Amino acid sequence: MTNALEIEGLTKTYGSGFEALKGIDLHVAQGDFFALLGPNGAGKSTTLGIVCSLVTKTAGKVKVFGYDIDTHLSDAKLHLGVVPQEFNFNQFEKVFDIVTIQAGYYGIPLKKAAVSAEKYLKKLGLWDKRNTPARMLSGGMKRRLMIARALVHEPRLLILDEPTAGVDIELRRSMWAFLEEMNRQGTTIILTTHYLEEAEALCRNIAIIDHGRIIRNTSKRELLQQLSLETFLLDAETALDNVPELDGFSCRLDDEGVLEVDVHKGQALNDVFMQLEHQGIRVVSMRTKANRLEELFIRMVEHNAPAAEGITEGRT
Amino acid sequence: MNAQALFTAYSTIVLREIRRFTRIWPQTLLPPAVTMTLYFIIFGNLIGSRIGDMGGFDYMSFIVPGLIMMAVITSSYANVVSSFFSMKFQRSVEELLVSPVPNWVILAGYVTGGMARGLGIGVIVTLLSLAFTRLQIHNLPMVVVTVFLTSALFAVGGFINALLATKFDDVSIVPTFILTPLTYLGGVFYSIDLLPDFWQGVSMVNPILYMVNGFRFGILGVSDVNPFVSLGMILAFIAVLTFIALKLLARGKGIRH
Repeated sequence: MTNALEIEGLTKTYGSGFEALKGIDLHVAQGDFFALLGPNGAGKSTTLGIVCSLVTKTAGKVKVFGYDIDTHLSDAKLHLGVVPQEFNFNQFEKVFDIVTIQAGYYGIPLKKAAVSAEKYLKKLGLWDKRNTPARMLSGGMKRRLMIARALVHEPRLLILDEPTAGVDIELRRSMWAFLEEMNRQGTTIILTTHYLEEAEALCRNIAIIDHGRIIRNTSKRELLQQLSLETFLLDAETALDNVPELDGFSCRLDDEGVLEVDVHKGQALNDVFMQLEHQGIRVVSMRTKANRLEELFIRMVEHNAPAAEGITEGRT
Repeated sequence: MNAQALFTAYSTIVLREIRRFTRIWPQTLLPPAVTMTLYFIIFGNLIGSRIGDMGGFDYMSFIVPGLIMMAVITSSYANVVSSFFSMKFQRSVEELLVSPVPNWVILAGYVTGGMARGLGIGVIVTLLSLAFTRLQIHNLPMVVVTVFLTSALFAVGGFINALLATKFDDVSIVPTFILTPLTYLGGVFYSIDLLPDFWQGVSMVNPILYMVNGFRFGILGVSDVNPFVSLGMILAFIAVLTFIALKLLARGKGIRH
C-alpha cells in the first residue's frame, strides 16, 4: 500500500545559510497516528512546512499518497489538511465563512461546503459561534476552528503542528478524543507536540528530530521498552514515617511522605507490593513519577546534542 | 483541479474580496467619492470657470474623464495591495498556499477583486460628475475597454507591490511617491499641448498619460496621443506585469520561506 507520506533526503538551507534540515528520511503509513517530536528549532515545523508547501525545500523528495510535490503538487495538496501552530485565519471573518472559503479554495461549491462546515463545526463545538468574527473567539475555540477548516475538504492526511498549545486540560482531552475518532475513521494523522504525554496517549509511531536530523524513528511501544528504569510513586493508607526496606529496590520518601520506588527493567512490581504487605503497609494508589516518553526524549536529545553540534561545526 | 473546481476557487477569492471592501465601505468606497466631489467643486467649478476651455471643451468636461480614471487607478491598486498584504501580515495567505489553487487563479481572483472595487468607484465618480457636467460618450467601446484594462493593470501592479512589501510602509510608498505623481502629471488636469516641447517629451514616457488620454478620447473624442497606441501600451504593461507577478508567485517571493 502507498504510504501516506514519504520523505527522502529532504534538506532545507535558509537564505541566512542556516541548515534547518540535513537529509531527512521519513515514511508514514496510511492510517497511522504519527508524532514528530523534537526540541525547539529542531526542524519539525520546517519539515511539515515543506510538505504543506509553505516552505520551499532545498533538495529531496516528498510524496503525499504517492503524489510527488514536484510534479503533482495539486494532487498532493488535495489529500492534505493542515493545522498550523500559529493562528493564520482572517481575524475579521466569521467562523462559518472561514471554513467555507477554505472549502472554496479546494474547488468545493458553497452548498456542499456548507454541509461539511456544519458537520465539523458541530463536532468541534463551534456551531453556536458560526456567525462570530474569529477575533472574538477564545484561544481554544480558535484552535478548534483551525481543525474544522483543515477538515472541511475531507483530507486523507491531517497534519497538526502543536494543535493543543495553550489549551486547557479538559479541552485538550476532548480534542484528543476527536482526533482519535478521525484516525479510527481512516484519516492518517501526523502531529508535532511539546506535550509528550499527548504523543504517548495518541500516537502509534514516533520520530524524534534534532538539529535537522531524524535521530529515532520507531513505534511508541519499542521506544518505551528502551526505558531501563521507571520511578513509581506509591501512596500508603497511613502516612509513612520511615523508609521501608525493599530487597532489590531502591526507595525513598518524598517531602509529603509518598514512597518513591525505582523499578529496573525485568523487575516485577508484584515483588514491591508483596514486600510492602509483609511490612503491613497497604498501598492505596500508584502513579509513575515522570512521563515515560518525556524521560526518553530528554535522554535522546541530550545524548544527540554534542554529536550534532560537532557535525555542524565540522561543516561550517 | 478540473475547470469547474478552478472556477469555484476563483469565484471564492473574488467574492471574498468584494465582501471585504463592501464590509469596510467607509474606508474603501466613501473616501474617493468625497475626494472627487471636492475636485469637481474646487478645480472644476471654482477654478475651472476662470481657466476657460481646454482641448475644445470647458475645463470641467475636460477633467472629468481624468478624475474618473484617477479614482479607478488608485482604487484598483489600493484594493489588491492592502488586501493581499494584510493576508500576508495575518498569515491567512497560508490558507491559499496549502490549497491546490494554481498561482494564475490566485492572481486572477485578486485582480478581479481589485477591478470590482476600481470599476465600482469609477461608476460612483461618474454618477457624481453628472451633478456638475453633462457627460457625453464619444466612443463607448473605447471607454469600456480602456477603463477595464487600466483597472486590471493597476490591480496587477498592486499585487506585485503586496508580494514585495515586507512592512506597512512598503504598501504606501508606491502609491504616494510613484502612482500619485504620475497620475497628476499624466494629463488629468491639463493637456500636454500646454507644456514646452521638452516636458511634452518627458510626459510621453508616463504610462498613465496613455490611459487618461485613451479614456478621454472615448468620452470627449480628444486625446494628446493616438488612442490605439494607448491601448497597445496598456496591453503591453499588463503582459509584462502579469509575467512578473506569476514569476514572483512561482518563486514564493514574500509568501514562502
